[in-house]
This record gives sequence, structure tokens and C-alpha cells, in this order.
Amino acid sequence: MDFVQNFPFFSILLSLFSGPLSSVLNAKWAKRVNAAVITVIGCMSAAVLVYVTGTGQEYVYMMGHFPAPWGNEIRVGILEALMALFFCVIMLLSMIGGSRERELELEESKQNLYYIMVNLLLCSLLALVYTNDLFTAYVFVEINTISACGLIMIKQNGRTMEASVRYMIMSLLGSGLLLLGICFLYDLTGHLLMSNIKEQVQLLALSGNYHIPLIVSLGLMSVGLAIKSALYPFHTWLPDAYGYSTLSSAAILSSLVSKGYIFLLIKIFYRVIGFEIVRESKVIHVLFVFGIIGMIMGSVSAIREDNIRRMIAFSSVAQIGYIYMGFGLGTAEGVIASIYHVISHSASKSLLFVAASGLTDASGESLRYRDLTGAGYRNGLAGVAFTVGSLSMVGMPIFSGFISKLLFAQAAIGHTYKMLLTLIALAISTVLNAVYFMRTVIRIYTPVPEGFLIENAQTVTVRQQPSKSAALVCFILLNLFLGLNSEPIIGLIQRGLEMFD
Amino acid sequence: MNLENLLNNYGEAVAMILFGIGFTNLLLQKNLIKKIIGLNIMDTATYLFLALKGYIDGRKAPVVTDGVQSVEAYINPIPSGLVLTGIVVSVSVTALMLALTIRLYRRYHTLDLDEISTLLKKEGK
Amino acid sequence: MSRKVPQEEYEKTVSYRLKRWLEGTKDPFLNTVEMRPQKEFEEDEQTVRAREKDRKRNAEKVYDLERNAEIRIFRKVYRVFSVLFCVFLVMMLLTAVSWLPAVGEADRPVNNEVSKRYIENGLQETGAVNIVTGMILDYRAFDTLGESHVLFVATCTVLILLRLDGKKDPERFDANDRLHEPKNDVILQTVAKILVPPIFIFGIYIILAGHLGPGGGFSGGAVIGAGLILYLNAFGFAKTERFFTAKTYRRTSFCALACYSLCKSYSFFTGANHIESVIPLGKPGAILSSGLILILNICVGIVVAGTMYTFYVMFRKGEY
Repeated sequence: MDFVQNFPFFSILLSLFSGPLSSVLNAKWAKRVNAAVITVIGCMSAAVLVYVTGTGQEYVYMMGHFPAPWGNEIRVGILEALMALFFCVIMLLSMIGGSRERELELEESKQNLYYIMVNLLLCSLLALVYTNDLFTAYVFVEINTISACGLIMIKQNGRTMEASVRYMIMSLLGSGLLLLGICFLYDLTGHLLMSNIKEQVQLLALSGNYHIPLIVSLGLMSVGLAIKSALYPFHTWLPDAYGYSTLSSAAILSSLVSKGYIFLLIKIFYRVIGFEIVRESKVIHVLFVFGIIGMIMGSVSAIREDNIRRMIAFSSVAQIGYIYMGFGLGTAEGVIASIYHVISHSASKSLLFVAASGLTDASGESLRYRDLTGAGYRNGLAGVAFTVGSLSMVGMPIFSGFISKLLFAQAAIGHTYKMLLTLIALAISTVLNAVYFMRTVIRIYTPVPEGFLIENAQTVTVRQQPSKSAALVCFILLNLFLGLNSEPIIGLIQRGLEMFD
Repeated sequence: MNLENLLNNYGEAVAMILFGIGFTNLLLQKNLIKKIIGLNIMDTATYLFLALKGYIDGRKAPVVTDGVQSVEAYINPIPSGLVLTGIVVSVSVTALMLALTIRLYRRYHTLDLDEISTLLKKEGK
Repeated sequence: MSRKVPQEEYEKTVSYRLKRWLEGTKDPFLNTVEMRPQKEFEEDEQTVRAREKDRKRNAEKVYDLERNAEIRIFRKVYRVFSVLFCVFLVMMLLTAVSWLPAVGEADRPVNNEVSKRYIENGLQETGAVNIVTGMILDYRAFDTLGESHVLFVATCTVLILLRLDGKKDPERFDANDRLHEPKNDVILQTVAKILVPPIFIFGIYIILAGHLGPGGGFSGGAVIGAGLILYLNAFGFAKTERFFTAKTYRRTSFCALACYSLCKSYSFFTGANHIESVIPLGKPGAILSSGLILILNICVGIVVAGTMYTFYVMFRKGEY
């Protein structure tokens, strides 16, 4: 066994250990430990990715002395390593970009608690990505939920606390359904490990026994995870939670937390139930319909919004709709498009949050749309970054969003009865995206008219916010990289997905 | 619906009805404390369901007694372990929800979530 | 070649209106109402007061839940749909349950080779007489590792919300120290004096015997936590803070979780790399047996006891 194969296990344990460690450190050291841990885990994930791509074989790593159906396992393939690497990059950049806001907005004595939350969130994301066991996934889903709630409410004003109550209620409904689904599946198959469940499910599907409980269990798990990842009718907590929490929380929540659940859902579809059975069930039609409604309604709500942070948050609702629509197509191309969209959306959404905060810094901390007039001149880098993020969201070529929209359209073509609906929804949603994002871009590049004064507006230079500027530059490069260099990444996703079967 | 089997599985049916009651309460109640009670009913129903999975008529709890180690002697130990994990999770979540409720109550002097939203809008922040 | 359009004509075009919308300065009265240069705006104090009153009444009316038709209808619809959804959910679950394997039978899919090995070889492979303890702390230890961190992260969120950090919270209306100090209740103190030591000993017994019989770190820790809470209620914060403060909690829970992570890392690492573990399993049934399980149980017990006590203190006072 090569030493590199231990790295996924090391990264989970390292992030898990750094949580309690931060509780005995002061804020400054906790911050350093956090940055170091994310960087080290990112490097290890990159090494794992290189190793797995080199061998072309996935491998399982026993967590303990007991083999498959008896002990816990984690499983490492190309897609898992890619996701882990990507999550680390986004998390590191979001933490760097929001460091000034954290110091201003959080109580001094509670800052180290923030780093505990971030470390354990990273741990739970890694465990969700790597785990090969459904019940372990449930436990880490709960860690993910609680630490995300901590990230929302740590700012401790009325809005964030109300948002976190709403978030917890929705999440708990989702976890309840997920746990019940897992119990049903356990009852039918007698296993908790994904590979063993899949074997049993294939046998059950062949024999036709227990068809109804199987479909109900699939439905419970999908609906539970859809609720947790804020699919359209369950999104009510999202605008407040993203709009009023501290900057790095908003960036991390929008780009990582919901994506962890979506990745778990992909694993359930491919590695637990088997995609053939999922395709024949009615569940994906439900996801498809809600995805399409979400794509349009999210954008409509965003157009009506006057607060820039909430506008970006509503845009997340629309983008999550895209991802579920991709699942709903029921083809491998659709899922590949969804996974690519997970990546590109995370990269551009966290970019947008950081850039928007740069713009509001230059407009006297006002989040209102009107006050942003000319902010692109007052904070040049943030303006450029916001433009890049918007163009990527709208789907302009050379940015990452274009590739994912292209992939969605390609996946839809040739589909018997969902093609027309998908293409129309894509077109409408793109136009709506363009309406609100371009409106904002034009607004921030409108020169301030004579006599129109914005309170406390001041010019912010790159030197005043070194960490945020560095994060913005990295985010812009990441977006361009994803947009211009999409072929290898799509190739990796495709190979990773083939390994899932 | 397979009614005969449903009557046979009456324990599980009760668990499902309890789950529905808890779910409805968590979703519908305006009062935060009642929501938390609903959450606990829902979780407990899931544990009842899980515990029934492991139960086998006439067998003992899985603690080795008198050196007997045959499968015929004990019930299935796995669901018991899962229930243990689940209980710890639900304790943590309940504590978190109660803490949030206390903070909101101290600030707004009400437990009604909709009223809190209204007050927040009036605050205009 | 471009041609200069007169302003009036230009203002009727679509592009002008689009420009106004983009700027956010759209004026609905433009071109429909005759506009005059406005007089200097002035009002006396009475109008200001009346206006304020109007605005307030307006706000109350808009957010008045009793008389706002929109919100009322929305709530009714919401309620009806939620009830329908829940009825649908219960019916679906009942249908699914009616097709599940029968309860209490031995030949269900659940009772397969997995539970067979736990029961038949558990004693030899883990050294634990209690099969459930062997299962959660050795066979499926990764779950339990996550689980103890769930408790830890929940404590941290409660600390974020309720810890006062020395300053007086303006939101607190009951920040009265008398509430937290005992009123020297003789009955309570006498009973606590008698009960607390046996409770502690019982808790420690449950933790230490977790691999020998029913019990383990979680239940034992909860018992010890209950004992601590009883002691606190009887004798007040001044007494408990002599031996248990926030710093104690932080340090003990860090040590326990770190010890837990280290032990499990060792067994995961050796297991995955097929290295023989050097930890002896001991003689089943003896107190010092079953390898790491005893240590793990003690760690879990410490974490759980600290967590229970911290929850209580945070809910009651907010600092210690």
C-alpha cells in the first residue's frame, strides 16, 4: 500500500483534530492553525488526485481492522479527490477574503469558536465526500448542519439568529427524512456500506421484492437532501442567512455547504441505489420539475431584490435549480453537467460575495442598490471581479458559467420529452440572470451624477485591503481557468463518474 | 397497501404515525418550543422504528452471558448502536435549538417565529 | 451619420425608459403629469408629528397580522398545504411499512452475516463482553468518533449564543445574581450531600464497565453530568467554580477528544496498512481488557459529562 493512500484519512483526522485544538488557542493562533490545516489538506488532496489519476483505479481504505461489511470504510476515486481539492481551495480563498470582516464583526472572545466551526465543517465535507458508509454520512451531515448554523449565527444580530432558526428547522426536517430513508434501506438490505447495499439492491430489483419500500426510501433520501440543499420551495432561510451573516460565512455557505449535500445525493444515486433504478423511478421527475421552477423563481426574486447580498443569495436558489434539473434529466451527461456546475457555481458565487463586499466597503457599508452607483470606480479590483462573476453567472464564453450552460444544453438535446422544456427554461433563466446581474454591473460603472452624494462613500485602494484583494485576484484566475481549461476537468469528472459504478 | 402485514408490523406503523405528528409539529407550529417538542417526537419515532428493526422474538439483549455466543441467543446489535448515535445527535440539536430560542426570546419577548420576523421587518435592519 | 434627437422626442423612446430603469430613477409621473418647479419644502412641527403618526400607523397596518388579508390568506393556504403534505407523507410511509419484512422474525434481511460475525466473534475480536459497545467502539468506530464531535460542536454553538464573556448582556432582564446563588435550602443540601457521591461512583462504574455489561461512556457521562448539576443546584456557583470552570471544560474536553482521535488514528492506520495492532485485548470479562475500548469509554465519558454540565450552566447563567 502506497503512503499517498493514507492522505484522505489524514485529512479527515487532521481537520477533526484541529477543531478541539482551536478551542484551547486564542483567536490569532486559531486563525493560523485553520489556514495551515486547509492548506495542508489541499496539498494532500492534490497529491491524492494525481495518484488516483495515475493509477486509474479507485481504492477503499479500511477504517479499522475489519474488512468490508463489518467495519467502516472510506473510498477514494478521481471525483472524490477532485471535490476535496476544490472544496479546500474555495474555503481557503473565502477565509482569506473575509478575514477583515471577521475581525470587525465578531466578538473578540468568540473568534476562536468561529475557527472551530470552520475546521469541523471542512472535516464533515471531506467525510461526506470520501465516506463509503451511509450511516457515517448521516453523522457527518449533522456535524455539517450544526457547524453551518454556527457560522450563520455567530454575528449575533436579530436577522442572523432568525435566519439560523429557520435554517435549523428546514435542516432538521431534511435530516429526519434522510435518517428514515437510511433506516428503510437498512431494513431491506441489512447493510450500511454503500457497495454492499448496492449489491443487495440490484438483487432486489431483479427479483422485484420490496419494490415500494425501495422507491419510498429513495424518495425520502432525495427529498431530505433536496430540502437541506435549499431546492426552490425550501429556500426561505437562504436569503437572510447568506445576506446578513459575516462575509466568509456567506461565501462558504453558498459555495460549499449545500454542495456537500448534493455530492452525497450523487453518491446515493450512483453508489447506493444504482442509476438505472433511479432513472426508472419517478423521483427524478420530481427533482426535475422543482429544479426548473427554482431556476425561474429564484431569478425572479433576485430581480425584485434591492439589497445586493440578498440578490446574490437568490441567484443561488436559481443555480441550485440548475443542478437538480441536471439530475432530473436522468442521463450521465446531465449528471456531469450538474457536477461541473457545482464547481463553476461555487467558484463564481464566492467570488461574487467577496466582490460585493468590496463594493459595499467603497459605498459606506450600504448594501442598497442605489448607493452602489459608481462603486466600480471607487474600488477598481472589486468592480472588475464583480463583472467577471456576473459574466460567469450569465454564461459568457471564456468564463466558467458558459461551459456549464453548454453542458446542460448538450445533455438535454436528444432527450425525448424533457429537451424542449429544459432548453426553454435555460433560455429564460439566462435572460433573467442577465437582467439582474448586468443591471448591477451597469450601476456600479455609472459615474456618480453631480449633486448626488452617497453617505460615507470613499475610495478603497488595493493596499487598504490586501487579503481581500489577493482573494479576489485568485478567484478571478480560478474562474478564467475553469472557463478556458474546462476539457481536462470534464474529463476527470467523466472518469470519476465511471468509477462510481 | 398490504393490510395484513401492516397489522403485523403495528409497532412500525405507530412509529410512522408518530413521525408524521412530529414532522407536522416541526413544520407547522408557530411556537418555537412546540417546534422543538415536535423535533423530539420525530427523532424518537425514528429510534422506535430502528429499535424494532433489531428485535427478534424471544431473544436477549446482546451482552454475552455465560459464554453463549450463538446467533440464536441474541437480538441484532447493529440497530442498538445506531439508536445510541442518533440519540446523541438529537440531544445536541435540541440544545442548540433551545439556546437559539432563549436568545430570540430575550431580545423579542415572544416565541412566535412569524412575530419575530415581523418585528425584524419593523426594525428595518 | 448620427442625428441629434430633440430631448422631448428622446424622452418618449424605449431606450430612454430603459436607461431610467437601469439608473433606478424611473418616475411614473413623467410625461403624464404637468410638472412645475417645486417650491421650497417646508412644514411645521404639527405636520411632522402627524406624518410620523401616519407612518407608524401605516407600518402597524402593513405588519398587523390580524387585519392584513394577504398574510392571512397566505397563512391559511400554507396551513392547508402543510397538512395535506403531512397526511400524504404518513400515508406513503404506512404503505411502505406495510410491505416491509415482518417485525420479530429471525429471517429478515437485517439478520445477515454482519450481525452474525458481531455476535459470534465479537468477544474474541474486540474483547468486549457487551457486543454493542464492541460494535460502536471497534467495528464501526468512525461513526462514534464523529458522534462525539457532534456533541463538541453543539457545545461550541451554545457557547457562542449564551456565553456572556464578563460583560453584562443588555438583553438580559433577569441578570440578578441572587438567582444563581443558593438560598441555603437545608433539605436540598442534605439530600445532595447524601446523593452526589453515590451518583458519581455509579457514573464512574457505568463508564468503566461499559465493555462488560450495559453501559458505556455516553450513559455514564450523562449520569456524572446529572450529579454535577445536582451539586451545583444545592451549593451554588461559588462552590463548583473551585473545581470546574470554563477553562477546565476546555482543557478536559480537548484532552479527551485528542486522546480519542489519537487512539482511533492508531487503530485506523494500522488496520488499513495491515499492521498488527500491539494493543493486547486482555482476558474478556476483566476490567482491564478489550484493548482501546476502555480508554475510549473514559474519553467519551469525560466529554459527555462536561457537555451536560456546560449546557446547564449556559442555560442558567451564561458564564462560569
